[in-house]
Amino acid sequence: MWQWFYKLGSPRHFYDMTTAFLPWLYGITFFLLIVGLVWGLGFAPPDYQMGDNYRIIYIHVPSASIAIGGYVMMACMAAMHMIWKIKMADIVAKVTAPVGGMFCALCLFSGSFWGKPTWGTYWIWDARITSTLILLFIYVGVAALRSAYDSESSGAKAASVLTLVGVVNLPIIRYSVDWWNTLHQSASNLSLRVEGTNPPEIWIPAFFMGFALFGIFLLAVILRSRNEILVREKRTQWVQDLLDRDVQEGLQRA
Amino acid sequence: MKSQRRTLNTTACLCAGLQRELLLALRSPGNTINPLMFFIIAVSLFPLGGGADTAYLSSIAPGVIWVTALLAVMLSMESLFRSDYEDGSLEQLLLSPQPLYFQLLAKVFGHWLVTGLPLVLLTPLLGLMLSLPVAGYMPLMLGLLLGTPTLNLIGAIGMALTVGLSRSGLLLAVLVLPLSIPVLVFGAGVVDAALNGLPVAGLLAVLGAILALALSLAPLAIGAALRISVN
Repeated sequence: MWQWFYKLGSPRHFYDMTTAFLPWLYGITFFLLIVGLVWGLGFAPPDYQMGDNYRIIYIHVPSASIAIGGYVMMACMAAMHMIWKIKMADIVAKVTAPVGGMFCALCLFSGSFWGKPTWGTYWIWDARITSTLILLFIYVGVAALRSAYDSESSGAKAASVLTLVGVVNLPIIRYSVDWWNTLHQSASNLSLRVEGTNPPEIWIPAFFMGFALFGIFLLAVILRSRNEILVREKRTQWVQDLLDRDVQEGLQRA
Repeated sequence: MKSQRRTLNTTACLCAGLQRELLLALRSPGNTINPLMFFIIAVSLFPLGGGADTAYLSSIAPGVIWVTALLAVMLSMESLFRSDYEDGSLEQLLLSPQPLYFQLLAKVFGHWLVTGLPLVLLTPLLGLMLSLPVAGYMPLMLGLLLGTPTLNLIGAIGMALTVGLSRSGLLLAVLVLPLSIPVLVFGAGVVDAALNGLPVAGLLAVLGAILALALSLAPLAIGAALRISVN
């Protein structure tokens, strides 16, 4: 039953399995994205306080949770790489750093453009914003440390250590709102369990957008991982065969 | 097979490491003095750049002193592992039968004694130059006393990760500065709270808690990082 999971640890099987899985992921992601965008931007009612500005949550909130969740994923992969020396875990950790960092930047930018009409300022040194900025710095640091090493394996281990050290930052992000209570509102009731002040016409499209952005994150990580696998395994027979087959198909088409 | 090498107990191991570190500092005083000079010079740049108005200076004093102390600590980290890495004694440290955790703890503590502690003792002078109100001195020094060891431990992780690289100065800053932000926030917060007449015990307790966390976990990360760098 766990066979498929163990197989994911092998770069070759990861490549084969994602080849089969990718078309589905593309389809589901674009379906969710289109439904979420059309519903969220076109049909969801304006908020009674913020008017149409609130629609930024459809990008802002998912990218924030992906930025944090992506770091947790990277940390798990770093731990797996440190403990069991799984090559695939390091490949995923490596490609997650730039993707997660990008979602972190997206979260900061979208939040800043939401802040201007809502709070009257693009930037404020509030706890949660600041800790998201620190998270971005740590993403950058992890990627920079890895690229500073000439040896792939030393860079991988060093980045893993730094990633795990950076995990101490995540609880600070999580609880920062309680520690330094400032301007930033606490998380609004975007939950199925809490029937909050927001009507379902607003938060159901947010769910679609959340899963759609998560799909985009997964797509980016998987595609980059496949690329990285091909680069690292370029001397193996199966990659050679794969390339040969692609060349053959290209010749036939031409 | 039983090891024939003489093993020291924990206290002796800590003392030996500390003794070596202090002796090294005594023999090359530049490593101790340069961060302090940097600290003084960098702080005195702020009045020159931002204006010497007393009210303005006293309002920025806690932040300026804390940020400059953080940068001085980070610049001083270079001397912690660099020469040991180059002459091979770092490898001997990793190979020795004593627990690495305590050896590293001794090393970082010794480094703090010769760079961090003088920095803390120097702050009243700089507070005076930035016309820090009287109520701020004690909280500033207590905060730095609890905060600089943490900064040293975090900096040591960064230094251990980059000691094998030829030019590591800026990379060290990119790695270490984000991780030391919580210390900075609470440390400067202690002084601000004191100046506004608020109780500081809670904030100092947080700084102490961060120090306890760093003391217990950082040597493990430093050890893992050194093993990668020495390889």
